Amino acid sequence: MTDNNNITVKPRSKVRDVWDQFKSHKGALLGAIIFFSIVSLVMIGPFLWPFDANQIDIRSRNQGPSLLHPFGTDQLGRDTLARMMAGGRTSIAVGLAAMALSLFFGSFIGVTAGFYKKLDGILMRITDLFLSLPLLPLLLVMMLLFREPLSEAYGPERGMFVLIVVSIGITSWMPTARIVRAEVLALKEREFVLAAKASGTSDTLIILRHIMPNVLSPIMVSATLGIANGIITESALSFLGLGFPPDFPTWGRLLNDAVDYIQQYPERVFWPGLAISLTVLSINYLGDGLRDALDPRMRKR
Amino acid sequence: MLSFILRRLLISIPTLIIISLVIFLLLNLAPNDPMAQVPLTVPPEVKQKMREALGLGQPLYIQFLKWLIQFFWIEPQVFIDYLFDTNFAEGKQRVISWQTRSPVMDIIVQRMPQTLWVVGMSYVVGILIAIPIGIYSAYKQYSVFDQVGTFVTMIGYSVPPFFTGVFVIVIFSVQLGWLPSIYDTTHSVVDWETFKTQLKQMVMPVMVLALQTTAMINRFMRATMLDNLNQDYVRTARAKGLSEWTVVMVHVLRNSMIPVITVIALNVPAIFGGAIITEQVFKVNGIGQQLIGAIYANDLPTVQTITFMFAVLIVLFNLLADIIYGILDPRIRYD
Repeated sequence: MTDNNNITVKPRSKVRDVWDQFKSHKGALLGAIIFFSIVSLVMIGPFLWPFDANQIDIRSRNQGPSLLHPFGTDQLGRDTLARMMAGGRTSIAVGLAAMALSLFFGSFIGVTAGFYKKLDGILMRITDLFLSLPLLPLLLVMMLLFREPLSEAYGPERGMFVLIVVSIGITSWMPTARIVRAEVLALKEREFVLAAKASGTSDTLIILRHIMPNVLSPIMVSATLGIANGIITESALSFLGLGFPPDFPTWGRLLNDAVDYIQQYPERVFWPGLAISLTVLSINYLGDGLRDALDPRMRKR
Repeated sequence: MLSFILRRLLISIPTLIIISLVIFLLLNLAPNDPMAQVPLTVPPEVKQKMREALGLGQPLYIQFLKWLIQFFWIEPQVFIDYLFDTNFAEGKQRVISWQTRSPVMDIIVQRMPQTLWVVGMSYVVGILIAIPIGIYSAYKQYSVFDQVGTFVTMIGYSVPPFFTGVFVIVIFSVQLGWLPSIYDTTHSVVDWETFKTQLKQMVMPVMVLALQTTAMINRFMRATMLDNLNQDYVRTARAKGLSEWTVVMVHVLRNSMIPVITVIALNVPAIFGGAIITEQVFKVNGIGQQLIGAIYANDLPTVQTITFMFAVLIVLFNLLADIIYGILDPRIRYD
């Protein structure tokens, strides 16, 4: 690119490069499309669909799929499609919120540990300690112990939401912290950071302006994995009966309810299970493609 | 190497103590009362007596110390007594479950074989499936086999066990009626017929857990094989005129197995965690179901002991993975 006479090559932005690489990964593109359609379906769907998720119609209970109820109805005559959409809303909201919280903790601890040598030792010991905790049993214990006080403080649904999001957030930040710390350690020695330091930029500004933009790609990849992890963990908790209250649908809760009727109506377990699996599968493909697209070594090929 | 192992062992002791403290504090600072289920007609003084009988009257640090002593000093003595018919632990206070008022460890010992059978078997099956597939996928990168393998791996990675479990129950128990949906732990194998029954009831839980293991290890196996296949020593081996089988199965495989074996060791505790859900799906009365039952029943000593045992497993297998890595890879000797 030193040849100035030949300016026919248009300068390309980084975003464009990333997008081109991302597009070439078929699975990732399909994953992105599926994920965003599921998200828009559960966000917009309830406004268009005539049935409410909690509307009980005891006379039309346990119906199979029909034009009126495409996914059938449950034992109280509630429309399964409406419940699926409402459940998806909660599940995806939990996934996104837990991901945001865990990314915040992870990048904060990672950047602090990488940037300040004095704090590195202690912060990494804490990270190791958290990695040695048995997470699923601890999550179950947290659900058991803090369910009632939080339900009283914020109401049953909101309290449970806060509890689940915070619990998942504080038990899943460790991988992000490790990746971010490693990146920051390498970046700290680079010339542009030294130059910024030499010109008297404060530490906070160096972190915000020079370090953070450069660790954004590993953070974005962890973000996709974080959503998947959040959705799976919430569903697992609801499946074990320790998640949201019974009248508040989430995909895990719907699966749990359907298991009770597995002999009579085996098809009922299919929809929530498929929804969880498809969402997580599409997110994982999305993450795979994003990792390849954001890796400059992959892009040059 | 020896000094490294010793140092690593010494670090894991404070780690375990801090973890036990975290678990203990979490359980004891949270607002809940083991006497909540006792009828209101029982007078408060009696309730207070009952609390003290459960060891709840004392300050927190004494409760914690007592629990540590019970877990690390008295329970091993009970174990030695059991092995050698001695009586070190006679008359000493053990960790008592609030639910059954019997020692927690006795129940764990009853539950352990079921969990170990299902979890251990699924881990072995998963590894045995994953390694050959990983090798062949990497060797024929981007072939149809590789594409299908990667897709199946991705599915195993994404579909949670509480759906795969329920899904196979719907197909094989409800629709086809081939396999039982509930794992019968009282079943004992005496002849060929009972062996077949045992095999039938184990297939589904084992395969559901094995799918997870397969996905994880296959992904890793393929990646390390790919890394090694592009190395210079592979070209040298081929140039020497070694057969393709020797190059791949001896030279490349040996080098690729080093990280894979550590991953296998590191994931043992995770598979126990996954077993909690699978046991719930197939109604296997193992450790996981005991934990869930204890959580529902507010039985804190049991919850504490089982959770801590999971933590011990994690620390132990981390240590093991580090040591194996040092032994297998002479470039990484930590001294």
